[in-house]
Amino acid sequence: MAIAISPRAAVAERAPAARYMKPPRRWADRAFRWLTLAMALAVIGLIILVGWQLAVGSHLAVSRFGFRFLTSSTWDPVSEQFGALPFIYGTAVSSLIALIIAVPLSIATAIYLTELAPLWIRQPLVSLIEMLAAIPSVILGLWGIFVMIPWLRAHAFPWLKSALGWTPFFNGPIYGVSMLAGGIIIAVMILPIITSVAREILRSVPNLQREAAYALGATRWEVTRIAVLSYAKNGLFGAVILGLGRALGETMAVTMVIGNTPQIKASLFAPGYTLASVIANEFTEATTDIYLQALFEIGLVLFGITILANLIAQLLLKTMKNAMTTRAVQ
Amino acid sequence: MIEPSITLPTMIEPASPAQTRTPQQPAESARAAFNVRSLSIFYGEKAAIRDVTIDIPEKTVTAIIGPSGCGKSTFLRCLNRMHDLVPNTRVEGEALFYGSNIYAPDSDPTIIRRKIGMVFQKSNPFPTMSVADNVLVGLRLNGVRKRAVLNQRLEKSLRMAALWDEVKGDLHKPGMSLSGGQQQRLCIARAIAVEPEVLLMDEPASALDPIATMKVEELIRELCTDYTIVIVTHNMQQAGRVSDRTAFFYMGKLIEFDATERIFSNPKEKKTEDYITGRFG
Amino acid sequence: MKAHRHTRRKIISALASTLATVAALLVIAPLGLVFYHLLVSGIGSINWDFFTHLPKPVGEVGGGMVNAIVGSGELLALAALIGVPVGVLGGVYLAEYGDVRMNALLRFVADVLNGVPSIIWGVVVYGLIVLRFKSFSALAGGLALGLMMIPLIMRTTEEVLLLVPNGYREASLALGISRWKTIVHVVMKTASQGIITGILLAFARVAGETAPLLFTAFGNRFWNHNLLEPIAALPLQIFTYAISPYEDWHRQAWAGALVLVVMIFLINTVVRFLTRGRTVRVL
Repeated sequence: MAIAISPRAAVAERAPAARYMKPPRRWADRAFRWLTLAMALAVIGLIILVGWQLAVGSHLAVSRFGFRFLTSSTWDPVSEQFGALPFIYGTAVSSLIALIIAVPLSIATAIYLTELAPLWIRQPLVSLIEMLAAIPSVILGLWGIFVMIPWLRAHAFPWLKSALGWTPFFNGPIYGVSMLAGGIIIAVMILPIITSVAREILRSVPNLQREAAYALGATRWEVTRIAVLSYAKNGLFGAVILGLGRALGETMAVTMVIGNTPQIKASLFAPGYTLASVIANEFTEATTDIYLQALFEIGLVLFGITILANLIAQLLLKTMKNAMTTRAVQ
Repeated sequence: MIEPSITLPTMIEPASPAQTRTPQQPAESARAAFNVRSLSIFYGEKAAIRDVTIDIPEKTVTAIIGPSGCGKSTFLRCLNRMHDLVPNTRVEGEALFYGSNIYAPDSDPTIIRRKIGMVFQKSNPFPTMSVADNVLVGLRLNGVRKRAVLNQRLEKSLRMAALWDEVKGDLHKPGMSLSGGQQQRLCIARAIAVEPEVLLMDEPASALDPIATMKVEELIRELCTDYTIVIVTHNMQQAGRVSDRTAFFYMGKLIEFDATERIFSNPKEKKTEDYITGRFG
Repeated sequence: MKAHRHTRRKIISALASTLATVAALLVIAPLGLVFYHLLVSGIGSINWDFFTHLPKPVGEVGGGMVNAIVGSGELLALAALIGVPVGVLGGVYLAEYGDVRMNALLRFVADVLNGVPSIIWGVVVYGLIVLRFKSFSALAGGLALGLMMIPLIMRTTEEVLLLVPNGYREASLALGISRWKTIVHVVMKTASQGIITGILLAFARVAGETAPLLFTAFGNRFWNHNLLEPIAALPLQIFTYAISPYEDWHRQAWAGALVLVVMIFLINTVVRFLTRGRTVRVL
């Protein structure tokens, strides 16, 4: 009676009708799991690859220029002097202008979409914003060159100069292509992402908060300000930083309207240059090794600051999510 | 005999299951399909069921009853190792299926599950598949290719699940287009198609209307001549109608296990009696 | 006195509402403006020549962008060869296997990768392939776009797989079907529409990218016959023409832009049609 059969054999022999079925191959499950794991680990591999390629490609420049790279404003391929300050300045200023324009508009639109708009408008408006997000950077740049710049040069900039020319930012010759134009076009590019993330954040604010404020007799705006915005502070800030990350890396549209001149001027009407733009413009024309390495180093700097911005944004968004789940539990 | 304080409208009249079964399988001396010995399962540190020892006879219907949270579904799922899917679980003790421990380290859960099938509370025919594909998916994905075998099994399973006449006209319509009761019978046909020896049923009729429920219960009585059936139910009347033996679980422990008639008319344990008479739910 | 203060609060609220509405209008205004000019400036140049002829030599009027349109298609195909398998299978791992902490880390890294400027991918592939083979190539361009697609597709695949109810997994396993077959033939099959949608969205996103191609695919005035040669691409061509001094090229740039936008919007419309009734995160 007690024959020593392995449990697998014993269970298998009980039902002869199952003879038709093939026995499962245990290695197949393990192999599939390993395959998918390897693919998932690709993201880790990718980020290491990017960092490594940029580091390797720039090590000569890093060792030759050291910290001066970030503080010198001489960019002269002929004499092999490379300082990235004009580009850092350009990226910073254009992104700042973009945020100043885009953030109020985006958050106001997100508020409109979640709190104020009649229901029939919401989905179409969201679709329109998604369409704006889908427009490639180069096409926006095309529009920038042939429509926006002429208009700015002919109308907006002279008006700004006459109204605000006493400040250092709005005097100086007007060319059309300018730091300000760069900032404006970046603003158009980041409007959709800030709006969409902000909208998700606002939508996730539990209705209980709003209802409580209404019950206390608050006006619409007060409900929004007190119950919704303060609750969503972290998330909204995360949305803004996400937009900043996008702004820092914006390449094509900016290159087409900013003027591509490595200089640091107070006037916003002066042409500028960003980290991404210099790579786009000069990479294929880098004749010497050190020139190419300097551009790689610019890429490294750009990579660093966008990673930093995205990290901060993700952390902020995550703290918002955590706060929501703990509050929901309560 | 303790007088119940509330009179139950339908004091259970078991449907004398012994009379509907073929005479050659008397309930008491049937061979055991499962010999469970001191089985416990832990979610992390908490024990969901503790020290359960029970012999489930083959080719009979065994019902598992008890209040919510008593571990009856958990126990059922131990019998086909469904807890393997849940992280952080630990099993102690043994569960022998015709003499072999299904929890032995070298036993293959996939093979076990081909012998021990399961029907779930919420019917779940695969949404992208037709009626025929649903029934045959177990066979096809386990390597059966021969058209003849597949067609024969398709008809046989659907007939055994009392669904053939209702779907034979269009076997290629989507599985989800059937009614609730039909979907559940489709799931039963799907489980039967791989020719298991045991059918575990986790509250199979609780989401169905009374007529569909009746059809499923009739089905269970017919199927038990060929399959060992273990059914979890929160409906005591159903347990009385459908099962030969009944096990009462409470707070993760097996309190009493006996022939259905005896459990419902003359339970040995006070807890069992309290539950049956409705003292607690 | 109280009534006065209350009226003031109401006025502020009304003002805020008006401002918010104006903001919404301002946000979609660029969309209207860009579309208007695309149509006005581009439609005139869309003709049979545009879709069938190669670019003319510098300075000459006429010609078309057929090689750029086909080139974009080739690059997308190459990108898909890398992006789709790695992305989908990686998404499967995140949804079906793995422990909570490692998966959280992988998701985080994927999200961070999605924020890397696209030009950086170009720089990386330049160092990896272009320098090594000493030439720009379609392969390099496809690789740059494909690497971009991986984190995108991974996240969308994971999201749709997580939406498949657990009941189907349980039912399949209860039939004695092995884990990997359950995942491939039941779970992924159920989520197939969502997976395809995610892939299409990645296509739409990557089809318009110029920066990563600037020094990988590089562009080509003629047909590409060899994956190891430079290849033309629609966004690249638009850029080159736009910044050139030639009137005729500007005209063609608008035409190319119109074609590109129509292509992308077609893909997005297909996606919207496939997901009617369900929410999909686009950005």
